[in-house]
Amino acid sequence: MIDGTMALVVGGLFAIGFYLMLQRSLMRIVLGFILLGHGTNLLLLVAGGTPGRPPVPTGTTDASARTADPLPQAMALTAIVITFGLTAFLMALAYRSWRLSGHDEVHDDVEDRLIGTARERADAGPESGRDEAGPAPDRDDGGTAPGEAR
Amino acid sequence: MTGALPALPVLLPALGAGMSLLRLPRPVMRGLSIGVLTAVVACGTALLVLADRHGPQALHVGGWPAPLGITLVADRLSSLLLTVSALVALAVLLFAVGQGTAEDRRSSAVVFHPAYLVLVTGVSLAYLTGDLFNLFVAFEVMLAASYVLITLDADENRTRAGMTYTIVSLTSSLLFLSLVALVYAATGTVTLAQLGPRLAELPDGLRSALALLLLSVLGIKAAIVPLHFWLPDSYPTAPAPITAVFAALLTKVGVYALLRTQTLLFPRTGVWMVLACAAVLTMIVGILGALAQDDLNRLLSFTLVSHIGFMLFGIALFDVQGLTGTILYVVHHIVVQAALFLVVGLTVRRTGTAALHRMATRPRPGPLAVTLFVVPALSLSGIPPLSGFVAKLALLRAGVAQGTPAAYVLAGTALLTSLLTLSAMTRVWMAAFMGRPPGRPEERPGEPSGTGRDRRGGTRLMLAAAAGMTTTGVAVAVCAGPLAGLGERAAEDLLHPREYRSAVLEGSQR
Repeated sequence: MIDGTMALVVGGLFAIGFYLMLQRSLMRIVLGFILLGHGTNLLLLVAGGTPGRPPVPTGTTDASARTADPLPQAMALTAIVITFGLTAFLMALAYRSWRLSGHDEVHDDVEDRLIGTARERADAGPESGRDEAGPAPDRDDGGTAPGEAR
Repeated sequence: MTGALPALPVLLPALGAGMSLLRLPRPVMRGLSIGVLTAVVACGTALLVLADRHGPQALHVGGWPAPLGITLVADRLSSLLLTVSALVALAVLLFAVGQGTAEDRRSSAVVFHPAYLVLVTGVSLAYLTGDLFNLFVAFEVMLAASYVLITLDADENRTRAGMTYTIVSLTSSLLFLSLVALVYAATGTVTLAQLGPRLAELPDGLRSALALLLLSVLGIKAAIVPLHFWLPDSYPTAPAPITAVFAALLTKVGVYALLRTQTLLFPRTGVWMVLACAAVLTMIVGILGALAQDDLNRLLSFTLVSHIGFMLFGIALFDVQGLTGTILYVVHHIVVQAALFLVVGLTVRRTGTAALHRMATRPRPGPLAVTLFVVPALSLSGIPPLSGFVAKLALLRAGVAQGTPAAYVLAGTALLTSLLTLSAMTRVWMAAFMGRPPGRPEERPGEPSGTGRDRRGGTRLMLAAAAGMTTTGVAVAVCAGPLAGLGERAAEDLLHPREYRSAVLEGSQR
């Protein structure tokens, strides 16, 4: 029997985590990921069933007491390590993004915007519009498309 | 000795990654990575032969029997895909080494080799693992390495794309972990071999919910429409070899996981309507997206999405012929998609731009690069006698043999998509390779500022790697007969997994 408190906590963590992940700010996304990770790890623990004695054989074995299921605990430990490492990576990436762009937001894709506005540009002028505002994904030329989506 | 063989494709790259973290001289590091991947190809081939002759090879790590310990299983399907994937990884590594020599980027080389080997570790583990939780771990290992690779030496644009990619993948991973927890709570095991019968005892609603959650998790990883949006956004920003290995391996591992789990955990008879709809959508939306693109790499990424739909086609049919088609298609697509991305990498290097409308004013790639583009491009569109034709023919025959309206709709969509793929490839051909004289090597406007000494040798190595991939693609078509036989036996295994189960679970009786 799983108690309702745990179910509520897991559900709450999932809800808050997903809400934060839907924000534009990178820091909130990282926080959302952390909460979501906690929720998932708790869910793994709850999946093990009711709590019980530690699954370590000792001299005084009490046959009446239930032993806790060690497998979900092992899985939760692995998952905690993985989410911890990835959180560190995500924060480093958010920091790098902040260093490079100067603010803490997720941008739209430049190419998507260009394709979305392709018709307007084509209407404006068949040749001139295309060459000036055309896609410039030349990584080797060292730049992103000019003046878009900043 | 053969008992430990399934562990080697996982252990060797992992140990190699550890070794390459030491400050080795560059030639030693390159030699180490190339040696390790060659060994993985050899192990994969040996496993394939063993699995085909003597049935699935199972290894209980540490001597713990199946439900308790970690089990690695190599059956026909996993060892076939392992071999092909390792071969592609090796070719892409050679290409990357060539590019590294040609462009002389010292800063990223220190991280590239360990991350690349960790990626191969994850891919191998995903193919070989025998339980759901280790599948999650394998995905994490693979994806963690891919996060590093996609943001290596990143500028602002690549950081943005890498961020999107990382967040989407992490979300799907957490959903996967939730799925593992729910499956464990419902059945008390995560071993794939045990899960089938135990899931069958669950109530229908719960079972469908778990199957759908699994489908959406793997759908994000395999880029099934409508869960594909992250892929064309992030893949094209990475350098050519990294895009090539991602396109060839990562989504295919998702498809493999879908193939493995759906056949083993949720066996069904008849067409699976949800997946059939997803397959039709994926094929159409992907290829229409490709036709709208101007950036060469994005165009290829959308065709990648579109052709994931072909693999779903076979899985949706859920019979031996359909699964055979899927297996052939996965093998063909791993090789061909990698070859295309490598050649496009060469072309973009030569012309200095990835935008199709600008290529007309840039020097044309040499005749060898043109040939190397044409063969995989025609193969992707399914022109006989190339490998794409063989795989598509297998799928279409499976669809017609089943003969239900859904199967006919799938087959029709597949034909239409092939035609549109040909149209997209023709567009690339006209823009990038036609209508102007080949430029001399001196006038390369977009050439990165590499030091001139090794550039020629590096470019040769890149060409050789791309040529190797294209030749492998042709070899897939030449060996179509034996390969189709192997694919059919693998599909039989998938639909009747008794051998697989007994190989995994026999340790528990011992």
